[in-house]
Amino acid sequence: MKRFIGAAAALALMLPGAAAAQDTIKVGILVATEGAFAAGGADGIRNVELALKQVGNMAGGKKIETVVAPTDTTPATATRMARKLIEQDKVDIILGPLSGSEGIAMRDYSKTVPDKTVINGISGALETTWVDPSPNFFRFNLDGAQWGAGLGDYVVNKKGWKKVATVSADYSFGYTNFLGFAVGFCKAGGELVERLWVPLGSSDFAGVIAKLPDDVDAIYLGVGGTDAINFLNQYQQAGGKAKLIGGSIMADPTVLNSKGKAKDALIGTPTSGWVANDNPAPEWQAYVKAYQEAFPADKRLPSPSLFGVGYYVNALAMIAGLNEVKGDLSDGQKKFHAALSKLKVKTPLGEISLNENRQASGSVFVTEVSANPDGSLSNKMVARVDNVTQTLGMTADAFRAMGLPSRTTPDCKALGGK
Amino acid sequence: MADVLPRSEPGRLIVLERIPPAAWVLGVLLLAMPAFASNFVLYQIFGWSFILGMIALSLMVLAGYGGMVSLIQMTVAALAGYVVAILGTSGVPQISLGWPWWLHIPLAIVIAMLFGTLVGALAVRTEGIYTIMITLAIAAAFFYFTRQNYGIFNGYTGFNNVIPPRWFDIDWRQSVPFYYLTLACATLSYLAVVWIGRTPFGLALQGVRDNPRRMSALGFSVTAHRILAYTFASVIAAFGGILLVWQNAQVVPGTAGIPQVIDILVIAVVGGLRRPIGPFIGAFIYAILSVFSSDILHAIGMSGERFKLVVGLGFLAVVGFSPDGVLGLWDRYQARRETNRDALLGGRR
Repeated sequence: MKRFIGAAAALALMLPGAAAAQDTIKVGILVATEGAFAAGGADGIRNVELALKQVGNMAGGKKIETVVAPTDTTPATATRMARKLIEQDKVDIILGPLSGSEGIAMRDYSKTVPDKTVINGISGALETTWVDPSPNFFRFNLDGAQWGAGLGDYVVNKKGWKKVATVSADYSFGYTNFLGFAVGFCKAGGELVERLWVPLGSSDFAGVIAKLPDDVDAIYLGVGGTDAINFLNQYQQAGGKAKLIGGSIMADPTVLNSKGKAKDALIGTPTSGWVANDNPAPEWQAYVKAYQEAFPADKRLPSPSLFGVGYYVNALAMIAGLNEVKGDLSDGQKKFHAALSKLKVKTPLGEISLNENRQASGSVFVTEVSANPDGSLSNKMVARVDNVTQTLGMTADAFRAMGLPSRTTPDCKALGGK
Repeated sequence: MADVLPRSEPGRLIVLERIPPAAWVLGVLLLAMPAFASNFVLYQIFGWSFILGMIALSLMVLAGYGGMVSLIQMTVAALAGYVVAILGTSGVPQISLGWPWWLHIPLAIVIAMLFGTLVGALAVRTEGIYTIMITLAIAAAFFYFTRQNYGIFNGYTGFNNVIPPRWFDIDWRQSVPFYYLTLACATLSYLAVVWIGRTPFGLALQGVRDNPRRMSALGFSVTAHRILAYTFASVIAAFGGILLVWQNAQVVPGTAGIPQVIDILVIAVVGGLRRPIGPFIGAFIYAILSVFSSDILHAIGMSGERFKLVVGLGFLAVVGFSPDGVLGLWDRYQARRETNRDALLGGRR
């Protein structure tokens, strides 16, 4: 009997979803609000709200309605929540997910709902749009490997750091982001002394810190969110003094604005990513201003995080796509899919368009963490690489021959490193 | 335990007569569910409830009949899922062997059963909190091992695209077939547990739970009964694990992460550990809360970020009001309504 009452309750909960009218388009925001990237996820939601607010919640002549589906960065939860969005809340478009392995799960899931559209949030695993890509999965942000472009070359040629040990997150995004750094680093003749891997969501890094070699020029840290803060804390407590190189989520505003002293270890650390706080481009400055004005200071980050920018750019692409087809999602959303594939969308990061795998190409910024007079930290842009493609400027065959990102890929020697 | 005590010579017809009307209603309702429930409710709410219910049921066998709280059940289930992914087909062809279903499914059950038995053999020599600690330690070790091992378990990424075989040319991952598949498995497991509770083995197991020294003096091997209970429970958990992998189409270390391991205990405790139906009730509540908690938060005007808070508060409420779960609430309600019944045991007959 309990079961029946529960089912009745479930059905009752379902009713509002079924009542969606024709002149609204429902968008499900799939975003991690628990786990290591909770702060970034919250910023993602804020940025989708911002993007929609800027167009008065209208796109293609239709009203946009959103539903938030919270996940915990695991692929199983992401798939379950995506199913809920499509089947229960009857959304037309999913905007998300946030984390790398979730993205791969959504690539597979999106193939089972070919008449819907999944537009990525900020997940950055290479495989999502590289291996067996799904025709209705679109990614308007750069993937983790692209984010690493330029950094390797910068640390070898500008900093003169040629011997580097690495500590990276032991999952798809960690491998991908590391690969982007390592390809540039090895091509510039660098030497990867030791590659260490830490599980996502770790709290104890003592073992890894103890294993770090002393005779290196710098240590590459490819972790993010709470993991980054925990690592820095423990690294300082262990007396670590080495120079650091940051992966793309290591010196993100979610880390730079965390509480405590741990983040100070990052001062002077070069990182790369597709966001530079002090990017002088007017469209970026306008975006940051809009972000800061849209939310009270205690309800946002001082400047949008990489996660937030990802959701913002992908939301912009969605809006532009809907405008292009005038909100017409009939016929299994075929027109919408075609429009997205061909879209040239104006974003705070410049114009972005997709390649044949529905993956964006664009600019990557190399930045260095610096301390502001008031003690806060921010990223200062030091170099910029334009038009970074999915294959990092290699031919597709050469890129494929390197192997998929993993603990042992890329082979540094094969790329000209040591 | 009133349900499972032996009664006057149970002939076949008498057994049928003894099925209470509520069970008939529930049975018909569940069979007819696809007529009025949406695909999502069938697949994600009921399918998931039946699967989690089966895994929690295996804990109920150990805790309710055997007095042993084991935290290894989710791990046993995940191991069965891993074996299906490794020996069968998956999206990781470098590792998966692609053996046919009639080979890899029985092997998965057997391997999970052996693993469960082995853990049981280690754990049964301890009591109470030590059993919990030993099983939790093994569960944690399994989680970290699968996350670090790339040769067999494919590390953090695990296995995706693990789908059920096409028996009778049906896609079993469609909502309605999957609903009936899980319903059938859950029902069979339920009946198996009810039945085992009435067999001499089950009765002896309950005797061991209540007074091991006396059972030992009567010539029963306490250890053997307990280990055998683990073996039996592992089989149920293994079936649940295989269904879980098919439902998600993937198995990853997080399938049997520490939170998931604890969740099974929570499900069993919330539902009620004293009768086999309890875990299914707990699983149903868990599934509803997990999926809809963010909607509940939105409905009362809060942001959906803290969705796990609702899940936690829901469970605290149930356990706070009734130490023996939802079943206990129901039993107490019954006992109060008809005061001539045994208020202590609160049996329904």
